[in-house]
Amino acid sequence: MAGGDDLKLLGMWASPFVLRVKLALSLKGLSYEYVEEDLRDKSELLVKSNPVHKKVPVLIHNGKPVSESLIILQCIDEAFAGTGPSLLPADPYERAIARFWAAYIDDKMLPALNQSAMGKTEEERAEGKQQSLVTVETLEGALRDCGKGKPFFGGDSAGYVDVVLGGLLGWVRASDELHGVKPFDPERTPLLAAWSERFGALEAVEPVMPDVSRLVEFGKMLKARLAAPPAAGASN
Amino acid sequence: MSPPVKIIGHYASPYSHRVEMALQLKGVPYELIQEDLSNKSELLLAKNPVHKKVPVLLHGDLAICESLVIVEYIDEAFDGPSILPADPYDRAMARFWTNFIDTKFSQPIWLAYWSEGEAQKAVVKETKENLALLEAQLNGKRFFGGDTPGYLDIAACMLGPWIGVLEEVTGVTLVNGNEFPALCQWAKEYSSSEALEPCHPDRDRLVAYFTENKEKYKMMAKTMLQQ
Repeated sequence: MAGGDDLKLLGMWASPFVLRVKLALSLKGLSYEYVEEDLRDKSELLVKSNPVHKKVPVLIHNGKPVSESLIILQCIDEAFAGTGPSLLPADPYERAIARFWAAYIDDKMLPALNQSAMGKTEEERAEGKQQSLVTVETLEGALRDCGKGKPFFGGDSAGYVDVVLGGLLGWVRASDELHGVKPFDPERTPLLAAWSERFGALEAVEPVMPDVSRLVEFGKMLKARLAAPPAAGASN
Repeated sequence: MSPPVKIIGHYASPYSHRVEMALQLKGVPYELIQEDLSNKSELLLAKNPVHKKVPVLLHGDLAICESLVIVEYIDEAFDGPSILPADPYDRAMARFWTNFIDTKFSQPIWLAYWSEGEAQKAVVKETKENLALLEAQLNGKRFFGGDTPGYLDIAACMLGPWIGVLEEVTGVTLVNGNEFPALCQWAKEYSSSEALEPCHPDRDRLVAYFTENKEKYKMMAKTMLQQ
């Protein structure tokens, strides 16, 4: 660990966004203090560190807080450029491609996956499922064309996009039991299916992944809470 | 000789304008290809097959999409004054606020201009809260980036030329000098900036565009707020 660097991560065990940060810190071999937040009773530190959104993850580096998972990943990569592998490639164009796909995952794929699971009506969930298929297939294309036969989006080793997508892996694995859907269906999206096995098995990744059965239980509880009116107004 | 730089863009799009600003600040000459958004060109569809949107930056054979991704690319691929700050934490702060603009700020303010009645009240309230956060970020500086425009100034460009136009066309006033003096001053600095002058949008053209599309945008806002 870089000398004198104090890293504290405010998180929540089931959050895919928090998982991204854990993955990045693990891949880079950085030590940190982890603080589990109760999102229905947010700590003063969280509210003070992220007053605008009051969300996790927040990474506090030498007392300075950084919020938003993609921004945290880039900050880690830049602040610890000499420590462990780089998340983003060196070439400006390749960096732009990586940022493009990270944005796609968050702006297009995630909302579709969310809607397919948590949409309020049957129609909304069906529309979400349809959109999810489209976005996941687009991402399969990205892995095929940009990955060029390499094992990861980052090439020979895991990089930025792998971590961004990797954060979702816990929920992707839980999805089959929860919703009867395999987001990375080996028949439809063989490259992504193979990628998830490969990424999940990495030495730096495996110990950090949340327990899938625990996620399934949590997911069932969230679904029940959604179905039971009035909703408690719990924010994530 | 370095490969040619072109933007596939649209004169009324602040996202397209972000790219022009970045190239202008870097001192990179470029050609602007105006896209007809009602009849998208084969070039656009080929270069941005995923989103089919403007802006797209063409740098030689390379195509880069998504305005903020393009701006960071321009900062890294070309020599010239830096757009993002050097320190990783300062960069994270700049990215945080540009992300805020794109994910929290843009939609409510758009809805606030184009909606009416009861529905409008909630988005106006939200917009003013967001504007207050951005006002605070200026904190006595000429630009968000300091003495010269930087990443957040580029991202916030709709608060420059577009606000005046939208307020004229819709008759809705949001960014007033009483509540948001720093933002109003920023808009003045922006419009009188010599560095940005060559890519300033044509105000009359913007007014004509938004007037022409007024009914369409009002309909869209109504539909969105009903959901």
